[in-house]
Amino acid sequence: MSDTPFNRAAKATPPSVAAKIRGLSDRAIAWIFVLPTIFLLLAVNIFPLIWTINLSFTNFRANRPNREVEYIGLRNYERILTDSDIWLTMQATAHFLFWTIFFQVLIGFALAWLINRKFKGNDLWTTLIVLPMMLSPAVVGNFWTFLYQPQIGLFNYGISFLTGIDPSSFQMIGDVTLAPWSIVIVDTWMWTPFVMLICLAGLRSIPDYIYEAAEIDRASKWRQFWTITLPMELPFLMLAVLFSGIENFKMYDLVVQLTGGGPGSITELTSINLKREAFEKWRTGYASAYAIILFVTVFGLASIYVKALNKVKER
Amino acid sequence: MTVFLNGLMKFRRGPWEMLASVLIAIGVIMLMQPLVMWAYTYSFIVTLTGTVMFIVVSHFPD
Repeated sequence: MSDTPFNRAAKATPPSVAAKIRGLSDRAIAWIFVLPTIFLLLAVNIFPLIWTINLSFTNFRANRPNREVEYIGLRNYERILTDSDIWLTMQATAHFLFWTIFFQVLIGFALAWLINRKFKGNDLWTTLIVLPMMLSPAVVGNFWTFLYQPQIGLFNYGISFLTGIDPSSFQMIGDVTLAPWSIVIVDTWMWTPFVMLICLAGLRSIPDYIYEAAEIDRASKWRQFWTITLPMELPFLMLAVLFSGIENFKMYDLVVQLTGGGPGSITELTSINLKREAFEKWRTGYASAYAIILFVTVFGLASIYVKALNKVKER
Repeated sequence: MTVFLNGLMKFRRGPWEMLASVLIAIGVIMLMQPLVMWAYTYSFIVTLTGTVMFIVVSHFPD
C-alpha cells in the first residue's frame, strides 16, 4: 500500500471507529458531511431570521435588556406602514434605485457594445473601465466627497468647464435638489462596469453566423441591432436590472460616506434609516419589523431574479 | 390569455409564478410610489402575499 495521506489517515483510524464507518450507508455518510453546513446555516441565517421575526412583534430595546418585553402584536408594522417619514425614505430609495438602474443599464450596455467591437487596445480599455468596481465603497465615498467640494473639487470645475457656471456657485452634497443626484452619479460611476460585464457576456454569447446570415439577407446594422442583438441580449439586461436593483436596495456604506443621509434626511435611504432606528434610537422591536419588511421586499425581488436566471439557463 | 387562464385553473407552475411575480412587483411599486399613502400602507401585505405565493407555486408541476 502506498504512503499517501489517505492511507495514513486510514491506518491511524482506530479499528472500532473504522468498523462503525464501514457499517454506515452512503446516505448516512453524505448526511455526516452535510450536517456541519446545515448547522452553520441554521445558526447564522435561519435562527437570526426567526429571532428577528419574533422581536418584530415586541417592544424590545437592546440597550435595556433587563426591561420586561411585551408582545404588542402587529403594532410595529402598523406604525412603520403609516409613518410618513419612512414613506419619504422609501421614496428616496426609489429615486436612487430608478435612476441608478436606468443609467447603469444604459451606459453599461453602450460600453459593452463598444468594447465588443474588435479594436486595438480593447483589453486595456476593458481593464480601465472595470477599475471603479474593484474599489471599496468607503474609499469611493470618501474621495468623491473631495471631488464634489465646491472650492477645490474637480467635479465642479468639470461642470464649470462644460457649462460656464461658476464652480463655487453650487454644492452637489449640500444642496437639497442636487444631493440625491450626487449619490446617483457616484453609484453609477462605481457599478456601471459590473452591468457592462453582464452585457458583454450576453453580446459575446451571440454567435457570429446569425449576423453573417443577416448580412446575406442585406439587413442594415440598425435592423440587426433591433432584431438580433437586443432580443438576444434582453435576458442579460433583465438580469443586470434585477441584480442592480437588489444590490442598490441594500446600499449603505457609499451613501453614508458621501452624504451621511443629508442634507436633512433627503438622501437617507432605508438601510441608513434602519440602522439609525436599530443602533441610535435602540428601538430594536420596531427596527426588526422594519427589517422584515425590507427582507420580504428583497426576497420577493430575488425570487423573480432566480426565475429570470433559470430562463437564461434554459436558452 | 386562454392558455394563461387554463394554466391557472390546472395549477400549472408557469402562470402562477407569473401571477406571484406581478403581485411582488405591484407591492414594491406601492411601497415606493410618492402619490398615495394608502398604497404605501397596504404595500407590505401585497408583497408578502406575492412572495409566499411564489414559494408555494414553485412546487407546482410544469
